[in-house]
Amino acid sequence: MSKSQKFSPSRRGFLKGAAAAGAATLAVPAGTAVGAVPEPASRRVAAIQNPRAEIAVPPEAEVMTTDHCGSDFMVDVLRSLDIDYICANPGSSFRALHESVINYGANQKPEFITCCHEESAIAMAHGYSKIEGKPLAVFAHGTVGLQHAAMGIYNAYCDRVPVFIIVGNTIDATMRRPGVEWEHSVQDAASLVRDFVKWDDTPISLEHFAESAARAYRITMTPPMEPVLIVADSELQERAISEKDKLRAQRVTRTAPPQGDSGAVAETAKLLVAAQNPVIIADRAARTQAGMKALVELAEALQAPVIDQGGRMNFPSRHPLNQSGRGRALIGEADVILGLELTDFWGAVNSYRDQLERSSRPITKAGTKLISVTAGDLFIKSNYQDFERYPEIDIAMAADAEATLPSLTEAVKRLVTPERRGAFQARAAKLAAAHQASLEQSRADAAYGWDASPISTARLCAELWAQIRNEDWSLASSTQSNWPARLWTFDKYYQFIGGSGGAGVGYGAPAAVGAALANKKYGRLTVNIQNDGDLMYAPGVLWTAAHHRIPLLSVMHNNRAYHQEVMHLQRMSNRHNRGIDRAAIGTTIEDPNIDYSKLAQSMGLYAEGPVTDPKNLGPAIKRAIAAVKRGEPALVDVVTQPR
Amino acid sequence: MKVLLLILAMFQAAPKGNVETGKTLFIKYGCYECHGREAQGAVTGPRLNQNPITYARFISYIRKPSGEMPPYTAKVVSDQQAADIFAFLQALPKPPAIDSIPLLKQ
Repeated sequence: MSKSQKFSPSRRGFLKGAAAAGAATLAVPAGTAVGAVPEPASRRVAAIQNPRAEIAVPPEAEVMTTDHCGSDFMVDVLRSLDIDYICANPGSSFRALHESVINYGANQKPEFITCCHEESAIAMAHGYSKIEGKPLAVFAHGTVGLQHAAMGIYNAYCDRVPVFIIVGNTIDATMRRPGVEWEHSVQDAASLVRDFVKWDDTPISLEHFAESAARAYRITMTPPMEPVLIVADSELQERAISEKDKLRAQRVTRTAPPQGDSGAVAETAKLLVAAQNPVIIADRAARTQAGMKALVELAEALQAPVIDQGGRMNFPSRHPLNQSGRGRALIGEADVILGLELTDFWGAVNSYRDQLERSSRPITKAGTKLISVTAGDLFIKSNYQDFERYPEIDIAMAADAEATLPSLTEAVKRLVTPERRGAFQARAAKLAAAHQASLEQSRADAAYGWDASPISTARLCAELWAQIRNEDWSLASSTQSNWPARLWTFDKYYQFIGGSGGAGVGYGAPAAVGAALANKKYGRLTVNIQNDGDLMYAPGVLWTAAHHRIPLLSVMHNNRAYHQEVMHLQRMSNRHNRGIDRAAIGTTIEDPNIDYSKLAQSMGLYAEGPVTDPKNLGPAIKRAIAAVKRGEPALVDVVTQPR
Repeated sequence: MKVLLLILAMFQAAPKGNVETGKTLFIKYGCYECHGREAQGAVTGPRLNQNPITYARFISYIRKPSGEMPPYTAKVVSDQQAADIFAFLQALPKPPAIDSIPLLKQ
């Protein structure tokens, strides 16, 4: 804050004092003050009914402007937290904060990113965090905005991603404007999403805001990383501040992620080294390049196969120990299984049949030792059931896998004898051969339906790979097919960011735009294989990408359906022995077909399609990439096979 | 006797099926949803193109699948319709040779 700037008295404080004085006068019951002259009843009623009487301020004394307000300080706090962007749909409950960002903060670090839907804003933050490793902020109304945002928050919660949410609210009823500000005010704003945020607070002073913001940042960045929410009361935002308030942002120290207990680590190493068929399964294990490297070191120290479940980019796809395509067979043979940040350990070691009589059975051998390392064990809530079925674990470490890997690898190396090293090398040779066979099988499988129209997902992914493989690329979407994992070479943490977490549809498009926003400063080519049903939840995020010049290539996986639901309907129809030719009703997106290239063009994107002939796909992608390299978002609509 | 019946079933000849009808039914009855329109396979269902199984195995599996596939009983798919679908699958062409697809060499 510049010392040359002048500070005005608090308008709100002044008015509030006047109102309080009025209220105190009114609060004295007639006849209770001994010796006082009772006020005529008609005057008392008039004072109550006329709100102007509560805030009557002589015109010459009314202060109408201030040079600095509480929301300026809130921007200082956001800067202290190294927040680069704010994703938001504008809302009056944070109007002062919005104004402070663009004027006081000059719309630089943080920069306001205009979103067309709060769910898009949250999902952008979600995708951004997984690339950048830190949160951006989302602003929302505490009521309607947060309701729109709720599903996105749930996805981020399930996916263990840091998101920093600030919601506007007006808690003081006497300060609310008549009408809509009442509908947009709430007693306890965070209650709506408290089941699926890690922490929230409603500060009642600016000092309180500063402390809670710092605390929230530290909490969201500590594994398990999950969204946090701070309420910014409009009174705090709009209140005039002066130098004498001596406000300051708090210093934030990142909490070191929790590592596995040393005894449990030693026991795990012992089991892994002694195992004949150890298997490592990773889901959300690596969030950085160092995390990927640490997992490679552990796998190589043991020459153990790794099954990457794809919650994050855990393990290089062409590493000979990557055996993700052989997961079930390897788990069936395993004598020790190490699960790293698994969403569903039970599901990894059991098969399940979704038939009329639901049934399950273990796919592991009797006596297989199960070891889990997950920070998820440190924070579990009751209501939403994202914690999955209870697995019977032999060694459970409530710890961050990425932080635990180095000590586990060191413990393993200390135990490896020459005899075990020989056994490991023999295992490595077999695994390398199996990896190569899997790759060759993938290429052979991709040839089936190669020239089909609708275009096969294998052809789509092969054409896309041919255009990006020599770039510094980042795939910012989960895919409904597994062809990228089977055909592409992944070796950087940012080349894949996993899925939505909560499987809430509508995440894909905005998460890709958020990831592209993070990738922009690194000059990476961000690629999104975009599902049609997902895009139609909130396609306005395409406009956000165009407006903010966020380079992103979206290639539509347009199967003209909510295809997962087509299959569910088919299952029910077959189960009930009727109408097996009607699963398209209520599940497909046809008649009329949506023209996604026109949709994208209408919002300022370079777009082509629909592409139905596979021969035209490669050139279309090439032209779109040229647009992306000019700094624009681009979209190619491809009519595809279902999966 | 049971073993004899089983052996006979294994060599059960497919009723003569109509390829074009089978192609229509493969889409209409939702087979494509998991296996792809060209029966090329996907994460949701295995490839059926050039994946030879006997008709006996085929009819047995669709009636009472051991895995995740929804059952297609005789109430909803007649034996003749099943034979038509089987004929369609048997008639599917081989894919192009991998060597002829440069994109799959990368």
